[in-house]
Amino acid sequence: MPKVTIVMFSGDLDKALSAFVIATGAAAMGWDVTIVFTFWGINIVRDEKKKAIRRKDFTSKMFELIMPKGANKLRLSKMNMLGLGKAMMKKRMAAKNVQSLRQFIKDAKELGVKFLVCGLPMEIMGLQKEEFIDEVDGICTVSEYLREAKGAELNLFI
Amino acid sequence: MADETLDCRGLICPKPLIETQKKLRKMEIGKTLEVIGDFPPSKKEIPDAIIPQGHEIISLTEKDGVWHIIIKKMK
Repeated sequence: MPKVTIVMFSGDLDKALSAFVIATGAAAMGWDVTIVFTFWGINIVRDEKKKAIRRKDFTSKMFELIMPKGANKLRLSKMNMLGLGKAMMKKRMAAKNVQSLRQFIKDAKELGVKFLVCGLPMEIMGLQKEEFIDEVDGICTVSEYLREAKGAELNLFI
Repeated sequence: MADETLDCRGLICPKPLIETQKKLRKMEIGKTLEVIGDFPPSKKEIPDAIIPQGHEIISLTEKDGVWHIIIKKMK
C-alpha cells in the first residue's frame, strides 16, 4: 500500500483540518500515514490538561502561556477576527455535521496514523513530551523524517 | 441482509469512508457490512477505497438519494 508523510508545520485550525482530512482519508484507504508535527503545528498535539514534569525557565513558560494549547484552541489562518470567525466556523461545521479536529485526531489514531513530534521546536519552545496528547507515538529527528519521506510516494508540507 | 449495518446518513466526506474502515477493521473476515449514506461522492469513494484493499463489493443500490453499499470483508 502507498505511504504518505505530512509535515504539520502550521498551527492554524483550517490548515490542520485539511491535513487531517487527507491523513484520515489516506488511512481509510489502507495507506500508511505518518504526521510529523513541527513548529506551530506542535500546538495541535498539546494536551489541554497535562502539565510539564520538569521545571521551566521564564521563556518556556511564556511560550506555554501564549501559544494555543491543543486542537480546540487553534485559530483560523484567515477571518479569525479575534475568535469570532473561528466561532462561526465551528458553528457552521457542527451544522453541516463536520466533526471537530479533536475527533479527526482520534479517528486518525484508530486507523493507525503515526504521530511524531519534532524535537528541535520542542527545545525552542520549551515543551516536554509529557505535555502532549496520548496519540503521540514519539519524538523524531530530521534524519528519521527524511528516511520516512524517502520511502513514501506522497510527502506534504502543510 | 448484511451481518452488520452502518448508517452514515447526514455525514459528509471523508467521514463515511472513515467510519466504514473503522467498522471493517473490527469485523471478522467473511462477514458483510451494509453502509447506508446520502452524501453523493461517498458512494463512489467507498468502493474506490475498499476494493484495492482486497474487500468485495456485493451490491450498490440507490433510491431517492440514499445509497446502500454491501461490502464483504475479505482479509
